[in-house]
Amino acid sequence: MNGLTGTGKLIRLILRRDRVLMPLWVLFIGLVPISYVASINELFPTAAARQQYADASAHNAGFVALYGRLFGSSLAELVAWRAGFIPIVIGLLSILTVIRHTRTEEEAGRRELLGATVVGRHAPLGAALIATFGANLVLGGLLAVGMIGQGLPTAGSLTFGLEFTAIGWMFAAIGAVAAQLTSGAGSARGTAITALGATYVFRIVGDISGMSNGPLAWMTWLSPIGWVQRMRPYRDDVIWPVALAAGLTIVLVVAAVALSGRRDVGAGLLPPRLGPASASPRLRTPLALSWRLHRGLLAGWVAGFAALGVVLGYLAADIGDLVHDAPEMEDVFARLGGASGLIDSYLAGLMGFFGLIAGAYAIQATLKMRDEETSGRAEPVLGTAVGRLRWVASHFVFSLLGPAATLAAAGLAMGLTHGLNTGNVGREVPRVLAGALVQLPAVWVLAGTAILIFGLLPRFAAASWGALVICLVFGLVGSALGLDQWVLDISPFTHLPHLPGGEVAATPVLWLLVVAVGLAGVGLAALRRRDIPTA
Amino acid sequence: MTNAISANGLVKKFGSTTALDGLDLVVRTGEVHGFLGPNGAGKSTTIRVLLGLLRADGGSVSLLGGDPWEDATALHRQLAYVPGDVTLWPNLSGGEVIDLLGRLRGGLNKRRRADLLERFDLDPRKKGRSYSKGNRQKVALVAALASDVELLLLDEPTSGLDPLMEEVFREAIHEEQRRGDRTVLLSSHILSEVEALCDRLTIIRDGKAVETGTLADLRHLTRTSIEAELSRAPDGLADLPGVHNLRAENGRVRFDVDTAALDPALRHLTAAGVRSLVSQPPTLEELFLRHYDRAAAASGAEVAR
Repeated sequence: MNGLTGTGKLIRLILRRDRVLMPLWVLFIGLVPISYVASINELFPTAAARQQYADASAHNAGFVALYGRLFGSSLAELVAWRAGFIPIVIGLLSILTVIRHTRTEEEAGRRELLGATVVGRHAPLGAALIATFGANLVLGGLLAVGMIGQGLPTAGSLTFGLEFTAIGWMFAAIGAVAAQLTSGAGSARGTAITALGATYVFRIVGDISGMSNGPLAWMTWLSPIGWVQRMRPYRDDVIWPVALAAGLTIVLVVAAVALSGRRDVGAGLLPPRLGPASASPRLRTPLALSWRLHRGLLAGWVAGFAALGVVLGYLAADIGDLVHDAPEMEDVFARLGGASGLIDSYLAGLMGFFGLIAGAYAIQATLKMRDEETSGRAEPVLGTAVGRLRWVASHFVFSLLGPAATLAAAGLAMGLTHGLNTGNVGREVPRVLAGALVQLPAVWVLAGTAILIFGLLPRFAAASWGALVICLVFGLVGSALGLDQWVLDISPFTHLPHLPGGEVAATPVLWLLVVAVGLAGVGLAALRRRDIPTA
Repeated sequence: MTNAISANGLVKKFGSTTALDGLDLVVRTGEVHGFLGPNGAGKSTTIRVLLGLLRADGGSVSLLGGDPWEDATALHRQLAYVPGDVTLWPNLSGGEVIDLLGRLRGGLNKRRRADLLERFDLDPRKKGRSYSKGNRQKVALVAALASDVELLLLDEPTSGLDPLMEEVFREAIHEEQRRGDRTVLLSSHILSEVEALCDRLTIIRDGKAVETGTLADLRHLTRTSIEAELSRAPDGLADLPGVHNLRAENGRVRFDVDTAALDPALRHLTAAGVRSLVSQPPTLEELFLRHYDRAAAASGAEVAR
């Protein structure tokens, strides 16, 4: 018996357990970019139309943050660029899949059950990695075949598929390492997703700086996402970043295997520490408890937003220089209002992006309640003199004020660095901060949607993420897709004033607040009436 | 107020499964009431209805004089609950959880907390994720027993405890009994535990209460097994009402007899000249088996707890 005995059987177990989920995400993500071909072709049928769209998009900071940089204007290049957010999703799904089949199993004690049978020490880790690698390979293959089927160049399509596979492999390996570090699956996921977030932030900063040949363009190279996006399918079709990706994957897998060989089943690398024998006097309310449960997440989000805000604010002044650096774009910039208008639209574009990401936090914080409920931890609390609404309020306050804190951090940081750059802190800080905070009503609509689903259909609470996807698809890129206005209006973010620089309008903001309150109210009323189920 | 809990014809359905099917339950103030039944009989569902976590589909229920659904928060100040499956927050220590739950209920007796921690041999400094099942249960038990409340709802509280700790738990419940100011509803599938601790008990099967009363009451419903060696064949014993499963051979008889028919049966035996006599007292075990042997065939789907 060697360390990998039984891997084949465990792979079959993983495929059996994920027989719905895995094909679903592989198919969905592999096929989504294919649908872009027809929609972009329809919207921009001529080379001139595509060129115009590309010129505007390549200098839109929000788009560059979301998708990366755009260099050409061919149909294929636009498709590949628009798929630029998908690597993040692939990375996330690969991390979650690997941890689900390694640390989650260990924490639940099922790994122990398997470990007592004829299964090698490294077989569970090996099986999880092989299954995830395989899924990403199929995903990349599907994408390449689909793109070729749409009549796009063969070499570019293969590069495109390889790019997605490579990103999945790297993050599967990152997930494998994270799964060795802590004894809880939750903190393993947190560690790996933080790594994913950091690589995304480096990519954003590097790319936005690169837009204006800024001083931080090198940061893209700190990011594995940046590496594979350097493959630039349909333009350069370079393959060498795959070697970097493969190298990183191998190093991480070796590290994960070495770490797992050194520890006991069920244990992390760090020994569990003892806590206090009695609670501090402040731990006496539901709010104090949820502060303990939410504070780590909140601190992470605030720190991330502040860091991103510092860098992106620092880059704002460079964006203004584009007016002089790119005279051929004069028309476009003039329409945007010259240098100061360009900076404002850069800032406003980024605020839209920050708003969407803060929406993710709002949903995540709300769904924490569902986690408490299904794990049975809500039950003892609700068995005390804590009413349901008080319990919900103790968590929901983080769904509402958490995003406020993160957006304020981003706005303050951007306003400060930009203001220091231009020597006018007093003017920039309030303008930029207002641009950040005006996102809140839309974020709260998302939080309200999450509490509505949690109250009415608790089993489908995770579907709240669908609301965010709708905002992402309709709100940010819907106009480019040529969707009707009423479809775009579904996203609360469509209605927000574009600040700084745009027109201040109170009516839509108030309406959004009314909608958010209404959604949350219905959700809370439903929650008071329903059973509190256990898993 | 004489009844701490009184439920009448409780019905609870989960989709197409009926978890509670007209359950009656009366727990008198100050007593330790056993709530006995196998897994899936509806014990946890009943307790969760009593806590207002689930809403009954039919029937009426009153808890400490209030409606557990409408007045949940107010009632919860006067009760403490130990779930059957205790999960703790991974990053809170056991001591923190005990204090928090106690404070959320409205008070914790510090001396009892320290005393119980020592008797249950529990280290309150460990984090939630590093406790075993039994230790998680002890955390919830200490939090409940150290609270100043009138009513304890304990859902299979000893299922993860070792025999030594079970003994500690029994002592603690006996103390509650002696003090007499608290009502305890103790759900269990362990008969010896209920026999040792409870003043009265209710047996539940498939969401219905099938027996309820004191141990003595229920023993009336049980049969004593008699095995005797006689000088001559007994006359008419088989025709006696209340005598069952009579087998006689070579001057030996074996039979089961209803408690009510014990006296006439023994007269018949002495009339036949008793040489030796073995009698097995009725146990709860037997009572339990009588109900559940029949139920076993019928119970297909396990009801959600």
